[in-house]
Amino acid sequence: MDQSRHKLFDSVLGGLLLIGMVVALYMAFLGAPREQTMGDLQRIFYFHVPSGMMGLAAFIVNCYASLMYLIKKDRKWDSLALSAAEVGVVFFTIVLVTGPIWAKPVWFVWWTWSPRLTSSLVLWMLYLAYMLVRNYVPDPERRAMMSAVFAIVAIVDAPIVFFSIRWWRDMHPSAMLETGGLSPAMWPAFLTCIAAFLILLIYLIRRRYFLESARLEAERLARLADLAR
Amino acid sequence: MGTENTMHYLFAAYTAIWVILAVYLFSIQTREKKLHEELQNLRQLLERQSAKR
Repeated sequence: MDQSRHKLFDSVLGGLLLIGMVVALYMAFLGAPREQTMGDLQRIFYFHVPSGMMGLAAFIVNCYASLMYLIKKDRKWDSLALSAAEVGVVFFTIVLVTGPIWAKPVWFVWWTWSPRLTSSLVLWMLYLAYMLVRNYVPDPERRAMMSAVFAIVAIVDAPIVFFSIRWWRDMHPSAMLETGGLSPAMWPAFLTCIAAFLILLIYLIRRRYFLESARLEAERLARLADLAR
Repeated sequence: MGTENTMHYLFAAYTAIWVILAVYLFSIQTREKKLHEELQNLRQLLERQSAKR
């Protein structure tokens, strides 16, 4: 894709993201009905859950890109893996911040070491470690290789986060989407928010990926400048 | 659960979401700007080096 097409795609994606977020906010606050037990507080759900879903999706992209790097040994895949991990950490930061804010008035505690909460925190810390460890390996090829292996091991926690509320007794709400606990009137708002967050996920990974590509280009030019001296 | 008691939690949660996203976007933008300048400097340096030869 050439430069002008990239810019056009970025503009379209940026426009879609803006519209998507405005519509998502409208649906979360005005389109969705007020929940009977929790009242307006339940509206946190419309951004909290899609953040978790997009965080998990980003970590899956990270794992796929890591596998592709191990197969193809192309640094582009390592760049994509890093971009996805960073964006996944951002989404999980949202989950881990909004979760306790929602929990406090409902459970009367900010945090509890339940399987869902603990596994989510561990997942967030694993990918934070993934990004930090990269800074301590100076050789780019070795760094990419080690990160890819780390990512494939780290993804093991993702299904644990997802299935924890099904496998163990947990304070966290059960899988509403499967048990039909979500009122039919809430579905349009929920689906709108998922769509808006999906656009946000693509936008952020794409932007971070191009940043990493520019960094690789700077590395390459710096090597050329050193050689020419 | 009183609405007036929980509204500030709702406000705090949505504020946190926008702050996290804004900080991240700002960090990407700062890094982009820094890299853009670095790339320009490196290209100029390479041009000067090739002109000397």
